Amino acid sequence: MSLLKSIYITEDLEAIRAQVREYVEQELVPNVEQWEAERAVPRSVLDEMGKLGFFGLRIPEEYGGIGMGTLATVVFAEELGRSTSGGTNATILVHTDLATPYVLHFGTPGQKEKWLPRLATGELISAIAVTEPDAGSDVAAIRSSAQRDGEGWRINGTKMFITNGSIADVVFVAAKTNLEVKGSRGVSIFAVEKGTEGFSASRALEKMGWHASDTAELVFDDVWVPAENLIGEENRGFYYIMSNFQNERLAIMGLALGESQKALEMTIEYVKNRSAFGAPLWNKQAIRHRLAMRQAEVDAARELTYRAAWLKEQGEDAVRETSEVKALVGELSNRVLYDCVQFHGGMGYMAESAVERMYRDVRLNSIGGGATEVMLDEVAKRL
Amino acid sequence: MKVVVCIKQIPDPATPYTLEEGTNWLVRPDEQILDDGDRYGVEVGLQIAEANEGTVTLVSMGPSGNGQGVRQALAMGADKAILIEDDALRGSDALTTARALAAAIKEEGFDLIIAGTESTDGYSGVVPQMMAELLGVPALTYATKVEAGEGSVTIHRQTNAGYDVVNAALPALVAVTAGVVEPRYPTFKGIMDAKKKPVDNLSVADLGIEVTSDQTVASIAEATARTAGQKIEDEGEAHLAIVALLEERKVI
Repeated sequence: MSLLKSIYITEDLEAIRAQVREYVEQELVPNVEQWEAERAVPRSVLDEMGKLGFFGLRIPEEYGGIGMGTLATVVFAEELGRSTSGGTNATILVHTDLATPYVLHFGTPGQKEKWLPRLATGELISAIAVTEPDAGSDVAAIRSSAQRDGEGWRINGTKMFITNGSIADVVFVAAKTNLEVKGSRGVSIFAVEKGTEGFSASRALEKMGWHASDTAELVFDDVWVPAENLIGEENRGFYYIMSNFQNERLAIMGLALGESQKALEMTIEYVKNRSAFGAPLWNKQAIRHRLAMRQAEVDAARELTYRAAWLKEQGEDAVRETSEVKALVGELSNRVLYDCVQFHGGMGYMAESAVERMYRDVRLNSIGGGATEVMLDEVAKRL
Repeated sequence: MKVVVCIKQIPDPATPYTLEEGTNWLVRPDEQILDDGDRYGVEVGLQIAEANEGTVTLVSMGPSGNGQGVRQALAMGADKAILIEDDALRGSDALTTARALAAAIKEEGFDLIIAGTESTDGYSGVVPQMMAELLGVPALTYATKVEAGEGSVTIHRQTNAGYDVVNAALPALVAVTAGVVEPRYPTFKGIMDAKKKPVDNLSVADLGIEVTSDQTVASIAEATARTAGQKIEDEGEAHLAIVALLEERKVI
């Protein structure tokens, strides 16, 4: 099934979509079951994606990418979402759209020069470490700290639920650099490379879904990094994080849309072929009307997402629009997968079925990257 | 080394084909894709060009439409494309197609021509050999492996029993089979660069050829549906029945 045409989607974006769709269909879908079982996406796969330019979508040409915008991120994420493995998608998207943007948007010219070309090729895989045991969306409440020490900084603290935490070659870490001021004004971001003394990924966490994704608890025990590893400016970290939230949320909702669309297609095919009481399930009005309504909702949500991404490309902060998308699409993907499992019947409840996996995976869409309730308050503040 | 790769844009096989009433010609929509079989030819061409400091020029005939199929091949890494498009060429037979392609290739100049064995929409499977004849170069066909360098090309030519090793001096034409190499995925940068690459559009007048195609499609019929196969229940003796069947068909 091809997607409805959208005024936001240019020929370039269609070409990107076609390329990623084919790659995902040929190279990811047949393998994700194994990666889910192994709790990891092989590095060789990330290397190949890097070579194909998948990680350089947003990185300017001078640093080895193709310098496209937020809409490209959404289209890329939508197509990744069709892999049927949220954990695989997360591994990739955390690198491209949650972590790399800190250097891309806020790094000094020297930092861009140093990191971006290698982040673009996948030579370096990245992670972002903000969340702590006692601080999630409430970023100002983090406790990790960094103090000046000689020609650099000494970092202490613990980070929780960090996607790519164990596999990342470089982690961008949020830490308090000024304890005297209001929480939001004293946060900075530091690049910490794998192997730095005192930095360890302490344990891989088991999760409800996203099994192919590495999720770790990170410990920073007197970790010293040179001054040049402070990303951008001191004490600007909170604003960097807030600013990247919009891109991050649109990226994750791109995934949610792709997952929903793929699950609908799989379910429509299933109910057209599955007979009960002498006719395909598709002949039951209750079933085909529900699926038709879900498709209509996904089509509408997709346009809303494109519009928010487009506004972002026009230079607007698009906080209200992005928060609407995050609240709406995160919840919608859960409703879609609920129905998809339902219409797959007993098969949909089996651990071997893709919809069962996707049902567990999409549960995070209304939690990760800003819970629905937090998002609705962002919208409400602007009403 | 100057490598020319022949490619064809075809309607997406995933969408139903329609035939033009009266002529029975295939209706070619604006959106066409690169014939899957041609991806192998493009890959072979690129590998040879990369190994021999060469260039790859694509040559294609047919309605260009939105050019998506040609851009796919350019995105893989080809340097330029030549598109032959002319109303006079609609419904061309294989020989006319070969004449048009050969004329464009001759004008462009070449050391090596790579083509697919046959297109996935027409399946005539004779255009490469006709081009070679028209250009006066050897045709090496059914290639499952291709190596070129220093003025010659060597292929493995698929046979019923295995393969023959065939060698020819350049210039020459090679028709490759599907699966000869693993076609590369275009990179994102390749996709973006494809739009900036030169594409020359040529008409029949530019080529100076005469179109003499007088082939008509007399009638079209549905292919007969395949009948169900024979089922052998295994009660311990099934292998004997299978051996007997294979012997009867002279397979073993």
